[in-house]
Amino acid sequence: MHVKVIQRVLGLLLMAFSLSMLPPIGVSFWYDDGSALAFIAAFFIVVSLGFVVWLPARHDHREMRARDGFLVVAAFWTVLGMAGAVPFMLSENPDISFTDAAFEAVSGLTTTGSTILVGLDGMPESILYYRQQLQWLGGMGIIVLAIAVLPMLGVGGMQLFRAEITGPMKETRITPRIAETAKGLWYIYLGLTIACAMAYWLAGMRPFDAIGHAYSTVGIGGFSTYDASIGHFDSHAIELIAVVFMLIAGINFALHFVTVRRQMVGHYFQDPEFRTYALIQTILISAVVVYLLFTRVYDSGTDAFVKGIFQAVSISTTTGFASANFSAWPGFLPVLLVFSSFIGACAASTSGGIKVIRMRLLASQGAREINRLVHPNAEIPAKLGGRIIPQRVLDSVWAFFSVYVALFVTMMLILMATGLDQVTAFSAVAAALNNLGPGLGEVAANFQGLNDLSKWVLIFAMLLGRLEIFTLLVILTPAFWQR
Amino acid sequence: MKILILGAGQVGSTVAQHLAREEANEVTVVDIDAERLQEMQDRLDIRTIRGPASHPDVLARAGADDAEMIIALTDSDETNMVACQVAYTLHHTPTKIARIRATEYVQVKDLFVQDAIPVDVVISPEKLVMDYIRRLIQYPGALQVLDFADGRVRLVAVRAYYGGPLVGQELRNIREHLPNLDARVAAIYRQGEAIIPEGDTVIDADDEVFFIAAREDIRQVMSELRKLDRPARRVIIAGGGNIGERLAAALEETHNVKLIERDKGRARKLSERLDKTIVLHGDAADEELLRDENIEHVDVFCGVTNAEEANILSSMLAKHLGARKTMALINRPSYVDLVQSGAIDIAISPQQITIGSLLTHIRRGDVVAVHSLRRGAAEAIEAVAHGDERTSEVVGKKIEDIALPPGTTIGAVVRDKQVIMGHRDIVIEAEDHVILFLVDRKYVPDVERLFQVDVTFI
Repeated sequence: MHVKVIQRVLGLLLMAFSLSMLPPIGVSFWYDDGSALAFIAAFFIVVSLGFVVWLPARHDHREMRARDGFLVVAAFWTVLGMAGAVPFMLSENPDISFTDAAFEAVSGLTTTGSTILVGLDGMPESILYYRQQLQWLGGMGIIVLAIAVLPMLGVGGMQLFRAEITGPMKETRITPRIAETAKGLWYIYLGLTIACAMAYWLAGMRPFDAIGHAYSTVGIGGFSTYDASIGHFDSHAIELIAVVFMLIAGINFALHFVTVRRQMVGHYFQDPEFRTYALIQTILISAVVVYLLFTRVYDSGTDAFVKGIFQAVSISTTTGFASANFSAWPGFLPVLLVFSSFIGACAASTSGGIKVIRMRLLASQGAREINRLVHPNAEIPAKLGGRIIPQRVLDSVWAFFSVYVALFVTMMLILMATGLDQVTAFSAVAAALNNLGPGLGEVAANFQGLNDLSKWVLIFAMLLGRLEIFTLLVILTPAFWQR
Repeated sequence: MKILILGAGQVGSTVAQHLAREEANEVTVVDIDAERLQEMQDRLDIRTIRGPASHPDVLARAGADDAEMIIALTDSDETNMVACQVAYTLHHTPTKIARIRATEYVQVKDLFVQDAIPVDVVISPEKLVMDYIRRLIQYPGALQVLDFADGRVRLVAVRAYYGGPLVGQELRNIREHLPNLDARVAAIYRQGEAIIPEGDTVIDADDEVFFIAAREDIRQVMSELRKLDRPARRVIIAGGGNIGERLAAALEETHNVKLIERDKGRARKLSERLDKTIVLHGDAADEELLRDENIEHVDVFCGVTNAEEANILSSMLAKHLGARKTMALINRPSYVDLVQSGAIDIAISPQQITIGSLLTHIRRGDVVAVHSLRRGAAEAIEAVAHGDERTSEVVGKKIEDIALPPGTTIGAVVRDKQVIMGHRDIVIEAEDHVILFLVDRKYVPDVERLFQVDVTFI
């Protein structure tokens, strides 16, 4: 392990991140909300922290190894969560503790969308803007952004890229150069965000809200500038726009890249993961809508229809917007929706959860086992879209799944030990680990009422979820630190 | 440039490494071995695609439709040819380079043309290596001999020794020493560090000197730097593979050649094909065999088997038993550093030799020849100057007025088959072939830019 190399990259990334404090300063002056000082101070704190870390190691240009990459990414997200919390702590409105500030920042960056803030409607615009922006930066991955714009990361960039991008098969590159791949992903991300903001604006949001919600829609985050989330606008048009963009943001961005490059759309349906994703969404939406109509929760059919679609897509893609209080819906709906967030959306999208492709591989493993029992002598390879999946990938999917479940259970038990009831503990951990946002029970609207220990466990869960567990877990093992 | 490399073998992976290092290139490597691809992907900033390299769907997935160059370097000549054909037919790939080993294909005229098998450049690493070794045998004492302008000009690396008349002298005295001929020192490496030669630079013993001279003058220049070895007569080649056989065939008319081959059947075949060479069946590291063949009187021992370790060991043994000069074919760069000019005299790196001929086609501007030197750190380039005073940055200028990047020297200019050494006051004319030496490869783009004609030039 090269401590200096890691230090240099970490310092650079921190200095780059400090730039994200600048837009909120502008917003603050524009609305004259009195929070500019917090952001100016935060900017200088983060930039000088980065500088101090970078300075002693600035001449170390050795290449990063895979191990260094893990450490940089894990350390960066952890440090970033804390650095991102600085403006929340410095500002006078909201006046929150360190734990709460860290929770809010990590929840933002990991695109979880759980919040500890209430009274958003009266908060300074710059703080609101900053929260949305955190979600946007975390969505596609702030390190992926850094790889796109900082050429000095070089070959090491690949190690970082692999540690941050989601999905079981990270080798599929859309261009030969890693920096070009990162750029391609960010251009598409940016394009989708602009389109989404325009759509929101045309549907009647004011520009500030349109941009802010576009950030958290395309980033699959779930933060809103209002306590009532998307429900605040009470507009079917806005909800349907959100549905469209959440679904698009849940698709593998490599597919979008092909669309842009080759000007065609047929390839979506050739992709096995997309087909499964479409199928899951269709089934889920129909189930929710039919059940809502059947139980007559809403007086008007249109309401049931729009709210059902919106909530199903919002929760299953792990966005976490709310236009209705789904935790109060009847029967199995609340739990169904929380379970759907475990699946999440596609790999290499901005969503959280286990990802459709892993679920599909697990399912086909199950089918394979049954087939083997029926035909003991049959040779049955694991295939996906006609291609054989290497055993290495299958192993890693199984390992991912089992560790995911084990961590989920452990953290849920810790939360229950702190005194939370079972529904709250279950849904809070699910919401954090799947980067979903809202939970059920006490945490249906926000997480303010939890104790500090629970909040830290959830912060850890959110980071685990965003970094797909192993990147973070690997640096906690003794083997990693042995030379 | 978007480049597709087919085959991740020794040559393929070295080429990929070289090309990926240059920022302008986007490299995709295709191979059937997933593990090897994974290993490359971990190390290099490239994309890898798994599959049979000549299959249309694999080429399409690898991005053949917007690739500007395809380099087919798989083990099979036939795969390489078919891949070029497919790329040309389906994707109209502009530049297609293929490794063709079998001389049977290369000898036929009109085979590698657009409407038959569309391969633009045929490279044969074996032939390149063979030529390289032959030149080294031609100039005993040289560490490297590289051709420019169809062999009219050569770049030669020698180690300076005590007793060479020029050693300990300033470079400007070269003219007094050699009044009738002209040579230019392009670079000097002292303990691995490059020194840019000026008039007052002094050549020390043990320096590695790169000089450029016309072909006929090389021996005389070398004699100024070291006691000249007598010409090689007796040569032993260890390993009767492709390279060994070709080398023996090329040398047997003029030299006394013995070839050692391990495999009985192969030795028999070689003896049928070679006329004057004595083919020996046995182990090249067998001390008895070497002694029986008078190893102490052998001028050059070449280890060119497939196994680099065997090459190193047999060369070391030959040296120990009294062979005057030993060469070994070595693939791994780390081995080269270990044994070069210590245990054995010259380490020959096939990839290094091959890469130069590929770089020729990748360089922008009209570049005729590229040689990669010192493990790819330095480069020698032959570029053609086009345009006129207005559109070119070199034409019509004296060499001293050209804005060369740091560490770059102009060694010679070839004008209509006439060799002119790169002295300060020479004025470059259009269509001159200019031979440059770059101590640091990172300035290659600057040199390319120098030789690119302004777009307004028609």
